[in-house]
Amino acid sequence: METLGHKKKTTPRRKWQVFPGRNRFYCNGRVMMARQTGVFYLTLVLIMVTSGLFFAFDCPFLASNLTPAIPVIGGVLLFFVLGMLFRASFSDPGFLPRATPDEAADLERQIDAANGPSGPGYRPPPRTREVVINGQTVKLKYCFTCKIFRPPRASHCSLCDNCVERFDHHCPWVGNCVGKRNYRFFYLFILSLSFLTVFIFAFVITHVILRSNRTGFLSTLKDSPARYPFTGENVVVCFFSVWSIVGLSGFHTYLISSNQTTNEDIKGLWSNKRAKDNYNPYSYGNILTNCCAALCGPLPPSLIDRRGFIQSVTPQPVSHSNGSSMYASTQLHTHMCDQEHCIQNTKFVFQAAATPLLHSDPVMIGGGGPPFPGKSSLGVPCAASLAPSQPSLPSSMPGLGCAGDMLSLRDPDTHCHHHHFPSPEETPLPPGPMPLTLPCAAHRGHMNPAQLYDPASQDSLHEDSVRGLVKLSSV
Amino acid sequence: MAETHSLQDMRQQAAIAAKVFIQRDYTSGTVCHFQTKFPSELENRIDKQQFEETVRTLNNLYAEAEKLGGSSYLEGCLACLTAYTIFLCMETHYEKVLKKIAKFIQEQNDKIYAPRGLLLTDPIERGLRVVEVTIFEDRSLGR
Repeated sequence: METLGHKKKTTPRRKWQVFPGRNRFYCNGRVMMARQTGVFYLTLVLIMVTSGLFFAFDCPFLASNLTPAIPVIGGVLLFFVLGMLFRASFSDPGFLPRATPDEAADLERQIDAANGPSGPGYRPPPRTREVVINGQTVKLKYCFTCKIFRPPRASHCSLCDNCVERFDHHCPWVGNCVGKRNYRFFYLFILSLSFLTVFIFAFVITHVILRSNRTGFLSTLKDSPARYPFTGENVVVCFFSVWSIVGLSGFHTYLISSNQTTNEDIKGLWSNKRAKDNYNPYSYGNILTNCCAALCGPLPPSLIDRRGFIQSVTPQPVSHSNGSSMYASTQLHTHMCDQEHCIQNTKFVFQAAATPLLHSDPVMIGGGGPPFPGKSSLGVPCAASLAPSQPSLPSSMPGLGCAGDMLSLRDPDTHCHHHHFPSPEETPLPPGPMPLTLPCAAHRGHMNPAQLYDPASQDSLHEDSVRGLVKLSSV
Repeated sequence: MAETHSLQDMRQQAAIAAKVFIQRDYTSGTVCHFQTKFPSELENRIDKQQFEETVRTLNNLYAEAEKLGGSSYLEGCLACLTAYTIFLCMETHYEKVLKKIAKFIQEQNDKIYAPRGLLLTDPIERGLRVVEVTIFEDRSLGR
């Protein structure tokens, strides 16, 4: 009951506040970017300074001597460039939300069923699924962080720590990943920026030429730093930008016309050099359709709903309620530390999930809320407050009790948390996740210790957990 | 958000027996398409044809959302010309179809699935990865 009361006091939180991964959110979730945004500000400064100087020093001359359309066109181009830059930087590139615990458990069950029973020493195949798309065999990989099989063309960005649909690349200049939802903005940004730099470059040169026609070239150059400061700077910046940005635009134009991502092109996935009959199964056949699809196709919605409110779907008033606790467990998952810890902890979860799921009847699966809902709220500060230290595998029961509780926290569906005990003993775990479990002991005041020390159930599942662990440790 | 009060009450009172996940079918590419294979856990709960019809309609709706055609190109070009500021006023075609899908799922839940102790979750709430079917304990069987 105290959890309900506790919930009533806090204001409802939005999903972006508990979003897993390394993103930053601004404006109450409306803006999202990667963690490293320094280079984005550099991009912005470069664009603004160069354009500012152009408008301040070159435009008055050009407007009066040539045509006033020049600053107008320049202004429109600049507005478009900035608009596309902000759109590419601030929008969701196509992140895939992480799997709910129920989904992850179900997938794990399917993988176990597919792999079949194995003896000790059997090395399971890596977690992949093969799909035939338009005649080409594509391998779908399992993402250990997000606990999903990645859709085709999706990839996990290590900088943002999320899977991105149609992953192109992570662009530091834009301060965000470039994926399905913002690829067209990114492309339009670099295209319009190349037009803008060529425009500025051309008209700065024109300005110098026109002026030198009147007063002579050398005297123009002499006067220029005094009367028209930074003309040289403008020329230099524009010159280098032209080559790099125009080149990049050209490259992406090629990618769009062949419907490939940078990721695929770099890996040479669809090139003829790999296999004779290798072709891109996603291409529509002709260049025009590919371009239209990439640039003018329907804009997919954001799958992460970052401004939505977190709903605790069913209340957890009673300790043995069977209500769904998916959202609560989503909150738990989001407070995981680094990706490496994530992976190690995920292995823990799979050990835990695999073992009881082999034996439990369906009632357990969808089952229920954490047996001790109070733990859920405590688990969050537990995971978040940890500093990794040099651990040793705890041999004492309280430590194991902790590990078991952490497992049950992360996988609340498996009702029988005491089954997790054999797992930490057996696992040849790298030290990473263990420190997470140690401080937990401090929080576990209300836990019933009697349930932890249940040797009978441990023995019965010992063999299965070893089996599960052998599978997992080799992945 | 697609659930009515009666469904929420049902969820709070009934125990969840199991959850079945209908995965995506990628054989036709990256378009949103769910597998129409009938899961064995639902065998004694709902008619196979009925279920497959639901999934097929869902697939058709998603295909409509992602369709490349004259209208989507027009919308895309217009949006590009206005530097995408037009989406501040109007919603995209995809969003319109998503609303249709939400309504369809609610309707299906009310008419077909709730009376049988099942609940469909809108795939958008699961990141368009799965169609989650929650199977509630059948109290009538005295379990």
